[in-house]
Amino acid sequence: MLKQIRVHGRGGQGAVTSCELLAIAAFKDGKYSQSFPFFGVARRGAPVMAFTRIDDKFIRLREQVTKPDYVMVLDPTLIDVIDVHEGITDTGIIIVNTSKSPSELNIKTKAKVVTVDITKISLEIIGAPFVNTPMLGAFAKVIGEVSLKSIILAIEEKMPEKIAKKNIDAVKKVFEVTKL
Amino acid sequence: MCRSMSCKMHKKRNRTKIILKIRDKMVKKNMQILEGSRAAAEAVVLCKPALTVAYPITPQTHIVEDIAKFIADGKLTAKHIEVESEFSAMSAAVGGSAAGSRVFTATSSQGLALMNEVLFAASGMRLPIVMQVVNRALSAPINIWNDWQDSISARDSGWLQLYCETAQEVVDTTIQAYKIAEDNNILLPIMVCMDGFFITHTLEPVELPEQKNVDKFLPKYKPTHVFLDPEKPMTQGPFAFPKPYMEMRKQLSDAVDNSDKMIKKVHDEYAKTFGRKYGNGLIDEYKNKDKKTAIITMGSLAGTVREAVDAKDDISLVRIRSYRPFPKKELRKALKNADTVIILEKNIALGTGAGALYDEVRSTFYDEDGKKKILGVVCGIGGSEVTVEDVKDIAEISKKKKNGDIWWLMK
Repeated sequence: MLKQIRVHGRGGQGAVTSCELLAIAAFKDGKYSQSFPFFGVARRGAPVMAFTRIDDKFIRLREQVTKPDYVMVLDPTLIDVIDVHEGITDTGIIIVNTSKSPSELNIKTKAKVVTVDITKISLEIIGAPFVNTPMLGAFAKVIGEVSLKSIILAIEEKMPEKIAKKNIDAVKKVFEVTKL
Repeated sequence: MCRSMSCKMHKKRNRTKIILKIRDKMVKKNMQILEGSRAAAEAVVLCKPALTVAYPITPQTHIVEDIAKFIADGKLTAKHIEVESEFSAMSAAVGGSAAGSRVFTATSSQGLALMNEVLFAASGMRLPIVMQVVNRALSAPINIWNDWQDSISARDSGWLQLYCETAQEVVDTTIQAYKIAEDNNILLPIMVCMDGFFITHTLEPVELPEQKNVDKFLPKYKPTHVFLDPEKPMTQGPFAFPKPYMEMRKQLSDAVDNSDKMIKKVHDEYAKTFGRKYGNGLIDEYKNKDKKTAIITMGSLAGTVREAVDAKDDISLVRIRSYRPFPKKELRKALKNADTVIILEKNIALGTGAGALYDEVRSTFYDEDGKKKILGVVCGIGGSEVTVEDVKDIAEISKKKKNGDIWWLMK
């Protein structure tokens, strides 16, 4: 079944990398996948989007994801600026990187909201607030559409060894602490 | 163990089985997940050009970056020239090809516009240059996004133009393009066109053919009409008086018109060797049996139309793969039973009130029974999105339109 994922971030946060790693990991799980950025002119700090689709067959759709099954929000301040839940299916899941609880966030949706303080974990393990890759740990935990093992393999393939190791440690930690 | 097929556990197991099956298939087929640009560059490596020359321009940049890297890493043995403009890029490509080398270049939008003068030299000199054109809108105002205005505006240049729907098709078509171009009965330059961003900036599964198989399919280029030999100097593309000039233009025109057979032949041969085909090589039909309404389009938009065709029972898709030569005969055959033909195109032939394909399709059916309703939709200009819903709406709206109606999909 087709699953559509949208990632919200700010220019420079690496939303495109999140989506690419997710697509590569899904492909490693034996599924067909596709990922692409919002085709815009990204300025550092401006709200940006990237998309991933996962399916059992080759994906022909090339339009932007407007009805996502899953949404990931890399920066919680985006919630005040844009409707991150726009178009999400009622059975969908939104994962937000924040220290707040879901009820403290003002997201008006029937979809399930999951929060996890990824910035804190990234600062501890990576030593910088790079949340795009660690976020995938939360995806593997609460959504499970893509396996943790494949996410780790994708990171190893795409990043230099030293950076990969820190990111993998962060992914594992996020996986461990995230709760549905 | 539960024996009910509707039980959750069973369903999950079945799903796992299906996934494992797909995985086996993919492993067998040597598939990888690649950015479209990367796939395009890998295809160039497989073709082993002796000269690559380019000037970077969005959204073609990643292709050229990848090729430059492959050469620096020793993955491709070729001379790479970074020039100061696209005019020089095409000039160097013409020089390299006239000296007898297999040549590659790539461009987009303004870059292709700047090459315009030299495009005509390349075809007039009958040089088998292959160029990947990443389709992007033309200025002004500046717009970096996808439409087909750039290559459509070069439609009369004597270059063959093949439009691709997926990254996989870009790979396959690039390899086919050299074989078509270099055939002694063809000797024409070819543009392999792909939609900017939709193809170039999207990661999707692609199978790269094995080098040894490509080598067999596409042997080393051995030019017999042009080559650099100081012992046997020759002049190419010089001055011609009206009579020989007109003769040469007629020959060029015939060569472009007659290239359709070679495009088909190479496409069929490729299908036999590598197991992938795209319709008959000139057009690609989808669920086009006994349908009354057919949609004609090109490039990656065809994927969106396929989704719409699957969602509606009453429409079909006829994708034009070869825009030059224009597949008149094939279109007549494919649309024999259709009474409504809708053309979705991402370009505007300014001054005609329609896109370029529109007039060509209408003229294709001028001699027919005259009962077809032919409608034109200008869409996706400068990166505007065309969704599956849009295509379904257009199919509905078309029922109320009359023959000759043209409209813009404004959102």
